[in-house]
Amino acid sequence: MSVRAQAKISDGLLKRVDRPVVIAFACIVALLLVGSLYSRSFLSPEYLLQQLKVASFLGVIATGTMIVILLGQIDLSVPWVVAVGGMMSTAATGWGPAGEALAIPFGIACGVALGLVNGFGVAYLRIPSMIITLAVNAVAQGLMVVHTGGFSPQDSSSPAMRTLATGDLVFGLPNALIVWAVVGAGTIFLLNRTTFGRAVYGIGNRERAAYLSGIDTQRIVLIAFAIAGGLSAFGGVLLAGYASKAAQAMGDAYLLPAIASVVLGGASILGGRGSYFGTIAGVILITLLQSILSVVQMPEAGRQIIYGVVIIAMLLLYGRESRTR
Amino acid sequence: MCGLALVTGMEPRAPLILHMEGVSKRYGGVRALENADLAISTGRIHAILGENGAGKSTLIKILSGVVRPDTGRIVLDGAEVAFDSPAAANRAGIVCIFQELSLVPDLSVADNIAISNPPRRFGLIDRRVQRRIAEDALARAGASDIHPMALVKDLALSRRQMVEIAKALAREPRILILDEATSALTAADVTKVFVVLKRLRDEGLALIYISHRMHEIAELADECTVFRNGSNVASYVAGTKSDDEVVEMMIGRELSHVFPAKPPPPETAATPLIEVKHLNWADRLRDISFHAHAGEVVGLGGLDGQGQRELLLALFGVLRGVTGEIRVSGAPVAPSSPNAAKSAAIGMALIPEDRKTEGLMLPMSLRDNLSFAALERISRRGVIDHARETELVGDMIDLLAIRASGTDIPAGALSGGNQQKVVIAKWLMAEPRIILLNDPTRGIDVATKQEIYQLLRRLADSGAAIIFYTTDYSELIGCCDRALVLYDGAIKRVLVGEDITERALISSALNIADDADDASSRARLQ
Amino acid sequence: MNDWRYVFSQNRATLLAFVFFVVMFAIYSTNHPAGFSANVVQTAANKGVLLALVAMAQTFVVITAGIDLSVGAMFVLTNCLASWIVVGTAWTAALGVAGVLLTGLACGAVNGLIVIVGRLQPIVATIATGAVFFGLALVLRPTPGGDVYGPLADALTGRVFSVLPASLVALAAVVVIIWIPYRRSVIGRAAYAVGSSEQAAFMSGVPVDLAKFCAYVLSGLAASMAGLFLTFVTYSGEASAANGGTYTLYSIAAVVLGGVSLYGGSGSAIGAIFGALMFRTIGDLLFVFNLDPLWQPLFQGLVLLAAICVGAARLFQVRNRLELFE
Repeated sequence: MSVRAQAKISDGLLKRVDRPVVIAFACIVALLLVGSLYSRSFLSPEYLLQQLKVASFLGVIATGTMIVILLGQIDLSVPWVVAVGGMMSTAATGWGPAGEALAIPFGIACGVALGLVNGFGVAYLRIPSMIITLAVNAVAQGLMVVHTGGFSPQDSSSPAMRTLATGDLVFGLPNALIVWAVVGAGTIFLLNRTTFGRAVYGIGNRERAAYLSGIDTQRIVLIAFAIAGGLSAFGGVLLAGYASKAAQAMGDAYLLPAIASVVLGGASILGGRGSYFGTIAGVILITLLQSILSVVQMPEAGRQIIYGVVIIAMLLLYGRESRTR
Repeated sequence: MCGLALVTGMEPRAPLILHMEGVSKRYGGVRALENADLAISTGRIHAILGENGAGKSTLIKILSGVVRPDTGRIVLDGAEVAFDSPAAANRAGIVCIFQELSLVPDLSVADNIAISNPPRRFGLIDRRVQRRIAEDALARAGASDIHPMALVKDLALSRRQMVEIAKALAREPRILILDEATSALTAADVTKVFVVLKRLRDEGLALIYISHRMHEIAELADECTVFRNGSNVASYVAGTKSDDEVVEMMIGRELSHVFPAKPPPPETAATPLIEVKHLNWADRLRDISFHAHAGEVVGLGGLDGQGQRELLLALFGVLRGVTGEIRVSGAPVAPSSPNAAKSAAIGMALIPEDRKTEGLMLPMSLRDNLSFAALERISRRGVIDHARETELVGDMIDLLAIRASGTDIPAGALSGGNQQKVVIAKWLMAEPRIILLNDPTRGIDVATKQEIYQLLRRLADSGAAIIFYTTDYSELIGCCDRALVLYDGAIKRVLVGEDITERALISSALNIADDADDASSRARLQ
Repeated sequence: MNDWRYVFSQNRATLLAFVFFVVMFAIYSTNHPAGFSANVVQTAANKGVLLALVAMAQTFVVITAGIDLSVGAMFVLTNCLASWIVVGTAWTAALGVAGVLLTGLACGAVNGLIVIVGRLQPIVATIATGAVFFGLALVLRPTPGGDVYGPLADALTGRVFSVLPASLVALAAVVVIIWIPYRRSVIGRAAYAVGSSEQAAFMSGVPVDLAKFCAYVLSGLAASMAGLFLTFVTYSGEASAANGGTYTLYSIAAVVLGGVSLYGGSGSAIGAIFGALMFRTIGDLLFVFNLDPLWQPLFQGLVLLAAICVGAARLFQVRNRLELFE
């Protein structure tokens, strides 16, 4: 059979499923079964739906983190860009009817702006992403401290934000989940079916070769960080909607779980490899883990330890670098 | 000279220090070495010639302890030995200078020279002794101008290669192997290194020298061995075989039918497809001016490191601070990045130097790699049309006869020749008008090379201008309509058609005036 | 004469960090309401030394082209441990100190084993071990509390010859006893080689795995010294997640400000120390200029941003853009 004919058979939109994705989903199932030993309600639809709703917030944030990791970079500005999203959208709500209507886009736009700073530093100034995103994180924190005067933010979220985060308009499915589904679908499309996505994978694999192939690598990196910033901020908007207001350091608890979700989903931290389905699995896995630990009333100490051990154990299963010699 | 004395056969055979017999090595299904043997004497420079894939590298890796042979014996000083690591080979006195530099960029020259076994005092590195060792080694290598405290990354490539040689000498070898170790040296350095190597030979060292370059072998070697398909095809005293005979032994067939026929030269009245005037960059490109018409294959010749690679990079927009004029079809252009050079207005393509790190994304699929430079052609407003992609990918695979079991396999799983075809195919999909190639047939098997030569001629015939840099003289002679020989960043000579001979190429490469061809080439210059 | 040129150019980054720090501190102390008094210097030193030690810990790993995101957690863990065992008599306190330092070594060893034997990328491996270390800290100190051996704490946070802060003397001692011998040792140079080019290091017979392992172990040791010192300063142990996270991220900032390359292979812990002191002084400068403390975090962030952008100015000298990639 000619190469061409074989190509027609084996190529398709749905590529072969990766081993890590399968393992991650298997772990989710295993976790649920283990949890069900403790209480039957772990397998109830209400609980599962609740978990998916909570996972949606992390999911939106992790999406941005994943795109940056695919490039071979890292975004450490997540904590305070999330906070910016939450605080700026709630602030806008308090600026009259126009502000309330535009609260959500405004919050996201602030995140995009910060993401552009990250992207510019990485793409055009060639500053290692670890340090520039750290600095942007510090600046974002500084801005928010000034904005809130050091106190807890008092602004409340707009009704739109609240509906988006807490309502359930369609068939009783949580809106937040639908939001994540839409973001996810868009990301899958972006990564698999657009030239942008192809370029992202290429740059993550070998930026030098991508550059020499005539790809405008700088623009792609800039846009990717801008998207990540926007998604982090959007996560903050949703969180603020969920709690009806923003809070200091509201994003701190999301940075490491976001990175962990992406990596547990099989993406390589060095870039160039990973599918969004893996990130979905990773997000659900982390959320479930955190939830089960809290339901069995495991003290925070135990939770942290188990969290760390689980990540290491799973990475040892499929995240190991190959032997170089 | 030494060689002459051996030719007359009056000098007694020098003592044998090493010989290998019946050595074989397979990698999977590929026979890298098949019953190979080799005899090395002290006080001799022994050159090993052969095509890429002939087994030279494997032989050297076995000798220097990097890999172990499947069968065969290595006899050193009359006793059989087996090395399980480079350190073991070093202890036995066999030191190899590989092509990929083994220097650590952020450490100093002295640190690098003494890196394997640094002198110690109270458990810490004795820097004073280390520095002395470094200075001695650098002096032995003829590179006393290099300061031992300089950081390797601050040195030019040619200096680094001298440090590499000094590092090898510091290990007090009895057998020194140089595997294409002079590829990055300037002409002046090459001369110096040759002096050093000959002095070492006179002191009793045994040297094994691997190179493609006939003129270097002619100048340096006392004895030669030709490898082909993993075995020793012939061993002879240097100077006793003609170049044609040697090439025939290397490739196993006559030279004449290797290259496709060349068309008659185009009308000079037509506007050149690409025209370059007074191109300058740093101090690596000096006042370069040339042109290429559609349908022409222009070759860049000369010794390595004279600016050929930089010229291609400059044209492709990779270098910053390039001055001069570039015109495509008469219109001035100034590509500031490969992205700009690739655009429809200019239409350039560059097949880069290192296919593994610059031409391909090895973990990505064959299909993804093939369409990577032509994403605009397979997409509409940013969205990829998979059907169109499959179609074009299939076309390219057929056009270049790429051998793969499917389009989803990673590019890293393909053979070297096929990988290079993928790189070329990737660019052909972008429909370029000006194709730049940076040493495209390096490390490629002979059969694929043939296919590439045919392809280049076909592309030229269909209206492209091809500019390619090669280290292989036969390619310049066989493929090119015109050859530009570079020396120290400037075009020393332009050879056209019949005038492209090995003699002319070599003499202009070495910046030696060649009276016989001088007058006629001066008439043809630009 | 020629030699000095090389010494100078190779340690340029460290020297720059030193100069910047001195300038900033001079501005700070001359404008301080209390003037350049021993008290002022002592307080500043105690705070600065904490970050300096954590920055040193990070430096060991960054030189090998790795990263240690668990330094903050190790810092907090050893702080909590010290608040339990560095108590009682001089003898038990001494044993306690040894115990704390050994714990640091052990934590570092765990990191090293996971990265080298497990072949996991340092960034994710240390995120996970950081969580484990922090969990252990919480086990030790669910709520802040504890105590520490008074005389030792006072001695190290006080002054020597009634002028020089003891913490600085101790820091200098650590540099002289640990860092300088390390740098000049075979294993220290191996670490630089590995960070600069692991492939070239391997081909040259450098002990790659051992060098990396030692780097992680030493990182744990330095972090434990920082945790110990924190106990001396606060007389208690607290499993503060905020503190742990902040110190980890600030250690990276300090390392970069100190001229250590995140890509590995170059830089010095001495530079990182000055980077840390510089970073600390930024906040203090605001206080001194009567700037609203509200603006401190923003100022700190902007200065960090500016500093790293200035470092990128080097970029414009690049003639061949391919050098920017890999």
